[in-house]
Amino acid sequence: MSGEIEHDQGDLWEVFIQEDDNAPHTHAGSIRAADPEMAIQNARDVFARRGKAKSMWVVKSDHIKATTPDDVAPFFDPTADKIYRHVQFYKHTLDDELWKKR
Amino acid sequence: MSENIANLEEQFNRRIANGETIEPKDWMPEKYRKQLMRLISQHAHSEIIGMLPEGNWITRAPTLRRKLALLAKVQDEAGHGHYLYSSAETLGISREEMYDQLLQGKAKYSSIFNYPTLTWADMGMIGWLVDGAAIINQTTMAKCSYGPYSRALLRICKEENFHKKQGMEIIATLIASGLKGKEMVQESLNRFWWPTLMMFGPHDTNSPNSAEMMKWKIKLKSNDELRQRFIDMTVEQALEWGLTIPDPKLKFNGKIRSWETGEIDWEEFNRVINGNGPCNHERMGARRTAHENGSWVREAARAYEEKQRLRNISAA
Repeated sequence: MSGEIEHDQGDLWEVFIQEDDNAPHTHAGSIRAADPEMAIQNARDVFARRGKAKSMWVVKSDHIKATTPDDVAPFFDPTADKIYRHVQFYKHTLDDELWKKR
Repeated sequence: MSENIANLEEQFNRRIANGETIEPKDWMPEKYRKQLMRLISQHAHSEIIGMLPEGNWITRAPTLRRKLALLAKVQDEAGHGHYLYSSAETLGISREEMYDQLLQGKAKYSSIFNYPTLTWADMGMIGWLVDGAAIINQTTMAKCSYGPYSRALLRICKEENFHKKQGMEIIATLIASGLKGKEMVQESLNRFWWPTLMMFGPHDTNSPNSAEMMKWKIKLKSNDELRQRFIDMTVEQALEWGLTIPDPKLKFNGKIRSWETGEIDWEEFNRVINGNGPCNHERMGARRTAHENGSWVREAARAYEEKQRLRNISAA
């Protein structure tokens, strides 16, 4: 970095926008800002210039804990063998294969 | 170790071939990362520098309606710059570094913004030609393999259509206003036609990185393919308006239903891209001044944040 130009662009924030009633807040992108007020104003100016926003969250990026590609498999795997958590696991008609086998 | 990397690269190539998107934390070849950093930061710089030729006309817009539209458009470009800088940041380069590269004149940006905007018709021309060309590039690139770039481009594309249409409205209005208006448009087209064709970059035969970038889906269509698509679309529009494309060699090839053009002046392209176009110095000077003038704002914002933080600590 050059000594003569100062560059403080503020901290990195992640922006989440709810676009419709009853919709979840979804990640829109990131912005830079020095403090929370500035962050939410910048987020509005960058991501909500054309309506389509009911609500907006900003959170400092370094406050987010996320999975990494390396731990994704062992982290989510345990759910794969729990088929009894799915509706397809359950039968209730009398002519089901399940009953015939009995 | 090197076998490991070969494995990773094979896996990576397979994911790309399957049409999967690559996300920031995924393993990627260093060259893929570097190419993307270069591409996205250049694109971001282009949006930021792209505000200057139009900013030139905000105070001189002919009506309030035009002024509002131009302000909104320039603000969009600042927004696009932000989307792009943050998607480049996910690759591990900081925004500060990118600004530094731009301000020190080490970074490239689209050569088109080094041409002056001399008349109001140029505002229409930029919307119609320059944004039209950008839309063709960006809608294709929105399907690229890198998630953050692809998502930023999707947002940009949604907004870019307004830019093109407001430009076409300016042109149509000028043409409808009579001979003088039409002459102004024609004169502007004469200046912007060739530089717009240069926006798509060198010929495929002269674009050394293209093959690898296409394999990695950083690039989805070749420069010449995209340029041709733009030419075919734009020539038809020009004819509809009764304008003349400034190319004596332009002719329609009925066999392939496509317009053939004369050769682009590549010497001019190289001159402008290497810093010696009509406005390179002016653009860099304006950008530096804006950055330096904004310095006290950045300092004040940081000082305010520190004060608030200390106040919250002592209140707790």
